[in-house]
Amino acid sequence: MAQFFAMGGYAWYVWMAYGFAAVAIGVEIAFVRARRKRAFDALRMSVESPPPRTPPIMRAESPR
Amino acid sequence: MLINWFRFSSPVSFYPLAGSWSYALGALAALLAGAGLVVGLWIAPTDATQGDAYRIIFIHVPAAWMAMFIYLVMAGWSAATLGFNTRLSAMMAQALAPTGALMAAIALWTGAFWGRPTWGTYWAWDARMTSTLILLFLYLGVIALRSAIEDPRRADRACAVLALVGAVNVPIIYFSVQWWNTLHQGSSISFTAAPKMAMTMFAGILIMTAAAWCYTIAIVLARVQAIIVERERGAGWLESLIDLRAGGNA
Repeated sequence: MAQFFAMGGYAWYVWMAYGFAAVAIGVEIAFVRARRKRAFDALRMSVESPPPRTPPIMRAESPR
Repeated sequence: MLINWFRFSSPVSFYPLAGSWSYALGALAALLAGAGLVVGLWIAPTDATQGDAYRIIFIHVPAAWMAMFIYLVMAGWSAATLGFNTRLSAMMAQALAPTGALMAAIALWTGAFWGRPTWGTYWAWDARMTSTLILLFLYLGVIALRSAIEDPRRADRACAVLALVGAVNVPIIYFSVQWWNTLHQGSSISFTAAPKMAMTMFAGILIMTAAAWCYTIAIVLARVQAIIVERERGAGWLESLIDLRAGGNA
């Protein structure tokens, strides 16, 4: 197993290449998921009846 | 069987199709990538001259191919945007750009970490490397241009023109190793001759390329669904398609 990870002495190069690709793809999937969630949330907000009115004092306590 | 393809040029009929294909191809991409990694990292033999450093090929080559091909597809959708003025084609072009940039970045990064042990340098202003870097900047330029223009339909047309003009770079990348004799070596795989490598190495590249294809289509379809929801909100038809109460993951 250690021999496998050593990659014949090229461990740094091989795993930096594979690691970058894995992280980059993971980040892209996370970004797309977040974007879908944002889009669906915005759609849901626009479809559902407007939120019940809250007194200004309560809005100030909970930003957003 | 006759299929009316223009039916799917409308976001209304395309949306559910995109969802089911995205999940199926995403699963297929994971399976293929697993198989490709087993072949590439375990089964394929160590290279006689490069040792195990050559194993970077199994991500470098598929990513570089995808980076070029995604650009051509994006340019094709851009041409359709300008020619037919269809909304969905512009959304497809918009959805392709980030994944194209990702593939170009992976190709450049893995190339650097392959170049260092084999050529002695992470980077050189070689014809192929430089033109691939320009490809990455073109993708980033299309993304930046879109975010700079507020009206989406104007942004569609501006990005389409930029994408089409930039398409001239793709054949430059492809033929750069023949036109200029700089650092990057010529192609080891061609359509006209047997591959100049062991069969298991070639198989690993093919499987990883298939995985990259499936992944690209899956992620782009998932993104184009988000773009459709972002841009068609208020059009009225979305609510009937998406079960909002179930978390909206139609």
